[in-house]
Amino acid sequence: MSWLDSVRKKIPFIAKRESPDNLWHKCPSCQQMIFAKEYEENLSVCPKCGHHGRIGPDARFDQLFDGGVYTLLPAPQVREDPLKFRDSKRYTDRMKEARAKTGEQDALINARGTIEGFKAVVGVQDFAFMGGSMGLAVGAAFVAGVQAAIADQCPYVIFTAAGGARMQEGILSLMQMPKTTVAIAQLREAGLPYIVVMTDPTTGGVTASYAMLGDIQIAEPGALIGFAGQRVIEQTIREKLPEGFQRAEYLLEHGMLDMVVKRHDLRAELARLIDYLCPGKKAA
Amino acid sequence: MVAYLEFEKPIAELQARIAELRSTADAGSLDIESEVSKLEAKSDKLLRDTYAKLTPWQKTQVARHPERPHFKDYVAGFISDFMPLAGDRAFADDQAIIGGLGRLGDRKVMVIGHEKGDDTASRIRHNFGMAKPEGYRKAIRLMELADRFGLPVVSLVDTSGAFPGIQAEERGQAEAIARSTEACLALGVPMVAAVVGEGGSGGAIAVAAANSVLMFEHAVYSVISPEGCASILWRTGDKAAEAAEAMKVTAADLQKLGVVDRVVAEPVGGAHRDPAAAIAALGAAIGEELDKLAAKKPTTLRAARRDKFLAIG
Repeated sequence: MSWLDSVRKKIPFIAKRESPDNLWHKCPSCQQMIFAKEYEENLSVCPKCGHHGRIGPDARFDQLFDGGVYTLLPAPQVREDPLKFRDSKRYTDRMKEARAKTGEQDALINARGTIEGFKAVVGVQDFAFMGGSMGLAVGAAFVAGVQAAIADQCPYVIFTAAGGARMQEGILSLMQMPKTTVAIAQLREAGLPYIVVMTDPTTGGVTASYAMLGDIQIAEPGALIGFAGQRVIEQTIREKLPEGFQRAEYLLEHGMLDMVVKRHDLRAELARLIDYLCPGKKAA
Repeated sequence: MVAYLEFEKPIAELQARIAELRSTADAGSLDIESEVSKLEAKSDKLLRDTYAKLTPWQKTQVARHPERPHFKDYVAGFISDFMPLAGDRAFADDQAIIGGLGRLGDRKVMVIGHEKGDDTASRIRHNFGMAKPEGYRKAIRLMELADRFGLPVVSLVDTSGAFPGIQAEERGQAEAIARSTEACLALGVPMVAAVVGEGGSGGAIAVAAANSVLMFEHAVYSVISPEGCASILWRTGDKAAEAAEAMKVTAADLQKLGVVDRVVAEPVGGAHRDPAAAIAALGAAIGEELDKLAAKKPTTLRAARRDKFLAIG
């Protein structure tokens, strides 16, 4: 982002001006130009080809909770930059940029609200925040989300989106895999459902921990889901990857998911599931 | 004869000179003997000094040394009456993770670990220690078996990572790793894990979410390989040394971060220079850790393991 853009972003009346940049949305799948407002009203799904665009926590909560009403859970405080990590840039600078860009503290945001009358705590991973990557803050937010669900006696629904573990927090990121797994065990012992909705993309250590441990596994159409990255696999086996490899439909076919659900149907499907798994928990 | 690593070149040169002197016609003469012993002393000191301050990237090379002891060597060294058990009961027997029943001293245990192999044929058979879903599912089966029959679990971690391949993805590599981590955390028996070589990411943690995590002095344990980290963050694999430094992959660093409970010292020059001593040291350390956990109740062991991982942060 140039300095001019960053200044412009901070001045609301300029930022909101309708420029050709934000008036139109170009679908990354079918390349069609779509009127941005129409695209948003269609839940960021391309009306032409059905491609599900990536959305952040705000849009997701708005779409999911009854009347777009919800309460955000506070972001847990964690140690910042525990390794004093620096690559071509300082990690602390990368964090500042990500925070300025998304307006979020870190890559996992929780909210409580109701879905067709059913109480739920929902966590949404934001791919726009450093690729949704899992470090201390994401691990802590996941645990906090589970604890809120236990306190509310309702399900925890997680929308995953991540390139994997956050490299800048090294081994501590890897340790979020067992940490989140412990939280899931606690939710299970409380007799509450854990529902995973995998969105594009979900890979690496996130897939290999809480994203694959759902009581119910859902994915959005076309979402890229896997453990290893496609480039790494191609380099290892020196073969072209099959058509549709690691896409939601491919995972469904191979028994890794319960269902692939279109964004427009998610609210209704989640409510149906919660009604089966968590009966009598309808909010007053 | 050990294979020397790049950074050991000065030591290799000294050793070559010693060998040369010994093979000369005058070998055995006093002059030569005194020269040889001088050089030997110099070489020993150089080895000691070099290994006392290995960089994280040098440690990575030591951890990957082809002559470093592997699972089979440890089992042969400190497990008696080993009975290998095989298969995931669903698809195949993955030789990248092997395990079975055995005795460590007089303690009956379940031993599980990655095996990298030590020659071309065995490396291929063990897929260089890179497990597929069936490997993690075998680990789960063996851990659950141990749990039911009250046998402590010992795991030896040595993998560059879980195998990245089409079939592995198809059969649920991520799910298998997640379930294996979950299985470690659910155990009502003591679990002791030891990172003996490379602790590579998810492929490692899947069998390392233990009550007590040990690590060899020159082993490395990380969220991604230094090469992988460098190619993503620096956009070139050449910066692996910098990446290793930045990620804090060494036993000493990980102990400070609370991820590793105990560091096991290696013989001077690394485990591959005196495998018997290294194996004995590790066996003794695992035994001590098992004894500390032996009297604890299943609920206590499970709660302690959970608290430990919840507290990391």
